[in-house]
Amino acid sequence: MAIFLNENSKVIVQGMTGSEGSKHTRRMLAAGTRIVGGTNPRKAGQQVDFDGTKVPVFATVAEAMAETGADTTVVFVPPRFAKDAVIEAIDAEIGLAVVITEGIPVHDTVSFWAHATAKGNRTRIVGPNCPGVASPGKSNAGIIPADITGPGPIGLVSKSGTLTYQLMYELRDIGFSTAVGIGGDPVIGTTHIDCLAAFQEDPETKAIVMIGEIGGDAEERAAEFIRDHVTKPVVAYIAGFTAPVGKTMGHAGAIISGSSGTAEAKKQALEAVGVRVGKTPSETARLMREVISSL
Amino acid sequence: MDLYEYQGRELFARHGVPVLGGGVATTSQEARALAEQLGGRVVVKAQVKTGGRGKAGGVKLADDVDEAEKHARAILGMDIKGHTVKKVMLTTTADIAEEYYFSFLLDRANRTFLAIASTEGGMDIEEVAATTPEKVVRVPIDATTGVDHAKARQIVEQAGFPADVADQVTDVVVKLWETFTAEDATLVEVNPLVKTPEGAVLALDAKVTLDDNADFRHPDHAEFADISAQDPLERAAKERDLNYVKLDGQVGIIGNGAGLVMSTLDVVAYAGEEFGGVRPANFLDIGGGASATVMANGLEIVLSDPAVRSVFVNVFGGITACDEVAKGIVQALRLLEERGEQVTKPLVVRLDGNNAAEGRRILDEAAHPLVERVDTMDGAARRAAELAARGV
Repeated sequence: MAIFLNENSKVIVQGMTGSEGSKHTRRMLAAGTRIVGGTNPRKAGQQVDFDGTKVPVFATVAEAMAETGADTTVVFVPPRFAKDAVIEAIDAEIGLAVVITEGIPVHDTVSFWAHATAKGNRTRIVGPNCPGVASPGKSNAGIIPADITGPGPIGLVSKSGTLTYQLMYELRDIGFSTAVGIGGDPVIGTTHIDCLAAFQEDPETKAIVMIGEIGGDAEERAAEFIRDHVTKPVVAYIAGFTAPVGKTMGHAGAIISGSSGTAEAKKQALEAVGVRVGKTPSETARLMREVISSL
Repeated sequence: MDLYEYQGRELFARHGVPVLGGGVATTSQEARALAEQLGGRVVVKAQVKTGGRGKAGGVKLADDVDEAEKHARAILGMDIKGHTVKKVMLTTTADIAEEYYFSFLLDRANRTFLAIASTEGGMDIEEVAATTPEKVVRVPIDATTGVDHAKARQIVEQAGFPADVADQVTDVVVKLWETFTAEDATLVEVNPLVKTPEGAVLALDAKVTLDDNADFRHPDHAEFADISAQDPLERAAKERDLNYVKLDGQVGIIGNGAGLVMSTLDVVAYAGEEFGGVRPANFLDIGGGASATVMANGLEIVLSDPAVRSVFVNVFGGITACDEVAKGIVQALRLLEERGEQVTKPLVVRLDGNNAAEGRRILDEAAHPLVERVDTMDGAARRAAELAARGV
């Protein structure tokens, strides 16, 4: 099973011919992802050779979908063109758009999100500024290293890329159904709650790790959702207890504004609904180990 | 980036939002000259990025140029909640009949924009919302349609603005929306928006936050960056394109990935509790690639912080392999020595993930006398805290 992405997913790459896009297309192919095409209007009709695998380039997402049956796109397009790229994917009604690009102006993200909503949300958007979605052993859409761990019963949702890798690594002997990096921007498509809901429904997922960080109130809202809708065990980790007020900590969305968005508030909200929150990534991994062994 | 009031006022004026005449001064002489231009009777306002200026004595009314100069002299250099006043804004004055509140802002939770309006302005809007919630209206804005005249009119009516100012306020709302979108702002706030006894509507304050991610389409925003107010280490880091935030502790931190670095700060602070309360000295994310040059630049910044007594390099090899990172650290130390930098502070390095064994071997082989390798994040944080507590 897994969520959002599985062995049948047919993936295209927007920005495949750029340096990041081509580097990661090669990695995704090596991880077993069914990459069926890329888009670049100036190079349409050409093929790109990735270590012997020839991947066709199409002019548009719609054309790539019509030719290949693609249902997923990974977006590596630079910030100034990212909005148009995502809107193109939405208009083509592709099922999943994973937006890796970091540094997209928030007005552009709000704008493509409003466009997606107006179109009836037929495209699930993950990101922007995210490492992507990985269902180990099945498919990998994005930049999450595929060789950290294999398939298993843990579902993971995280605002942070490296903390995702860290937790996958610490729990590599147990394995993961799907890891979703939802991204560190103030406005993102798929949320903690969307992932929690999907993991709750996924028979392969037995327990969930949720990683949050300072900024906004997504974790607090996720806590309410867990209380009302999630019966599978959840352990959590929150980064940024020592972050000062009013400073952006690397991620555009990681900022404490006044008294809102603190790590302490998020931790308390999660603990209040019975979620165990690790003090460090290693302790979080230990808590998950306890959960798995008690299943 | 949060703007100073005078910068926000400038943006408002550019987009036709009615503001009082004025300007900015950095010396009392400049303030005097400016007051003269403005007709003598002026308000002198401290320019600091914090609230509570009025209570701290940072806002004064001057009746003539002598008084304007005197107030400017008193306010310049003043400390307001840890912010030193380096500039004052002078404006002409307006009599106030009524005070309102208006803002456009990013609503993260609902992934849209929000208009907040109230006919009870001049005070803290959160307080108004808490005590008289019926006096504050919040109207979501659809980004695809934005705020045209009709939408602005609807907001103004919903907020219950008096009929005699409704037309003017509607016009201001449209112009504030223009400012918000054209400048890629995440906040434009006017508090107070006033009605004068003559019935004119004016923005007496301007609070604007701009989205740094949109800088590429606003080359003119570069002038708003207040380089003199920046921490010198933060400024040096920015020049080297490093993602660095100065903090107040003793353990220098270098890591890859914003989340991991934030987590590293926390883990060091916990570990520091055991060692006399040592804390992280900075946030520094060197990103995914982590080449030797980037590592050297990062180390140079962190080591140049006089408060730093030990450095914790915490890297998880995801896409980048740890052997590359280890080589980067070794080369970085060599590079620093070539640049004539004395590396005298101990470094604790934790490498995990992709090719960690090879990375660790490279560090062991280099056997740099100041580099210590610890294999777990918690253990390495503890060791770095211990070394910082011991001093150098």
